[in-house]
Amino acid sequence: MAEIKVDCRGETCPVPLVEVRKALRKAAPGDVIEVVGTHPASKKEIPMAVEALGLELLSVEGTDTDWTIRIRR
Amino acid sequence: MADRVTIVLHSGDMDKIYSALIIGNGALAMGMEATIFFTFWGLQRLRKDNALSLPKGGLEKGPLSKMHMLGLGKLMIEQRMDKANVASLEKLMADFKELGGKIIACEMTMEIMGLSREDLREDLIDDYGAVGTYIQEARESAITLFI
Repeated sequence: MAEIKVDCRGETCPVPLVEVRKALRKAAPGDVIEVVGTHPASKKEIPMAVEALGLELLSVEGTDTDWTIRIRR
Repeated sequence: MADRVTIVLHSGDMDKIYSALIIGNGALAMGMEATIFFTFWGLQRLRKDNALSLPKGGLEKGPLSKMHMLGLGKLMIEQRMDKANVASLEKLMADFKELGGKIIACEMTMEIMGLSREDLREDLIDDYGAVGTYIQEARESAITLFI
């Protein structure tokens, strides 16, 4: 199972959400996506998208302006 | 009810194209389907960028809906957007297409404006249609917007 890194630091709405979705589409079931970012709203919204997609949210760490989110496809 | 967003993009204003593409991308990112129906002034944004054409064609060529001030306002907003690292409309459109978003061009607008398919960016357009196409999409959409 691969671990895929997505770097969205400095990116703003809607790029972090879109980049996570693009990475998830390319990932195989079981792969882990780790996304780092600095956009505050995305820290809340990426977990919302993960739930809507029925995937597993592994962790949300860091501050609103410097966070790491891990997702299992 | 399908998990779909259908947007009618009537405006060709730059800020409103941003709204349509951001909402469309958000929907796709969150697992919904998305369709944008380009009509009237919105369709001008799907025209090939041709310096001689009036009104101007091209995705990035729309005026601001407010405070355009002969382009000065747009220039100022573009600088602020650049500073905030906002994605270009071309990138948002490429992402929208990559995530499976659908673009429909309004055939009646093409007739009124004297546009043929060759005048438009056919690589971006999935389908050509009229109001019936919109209604069929919208009746199966959880969200439909007119921008």
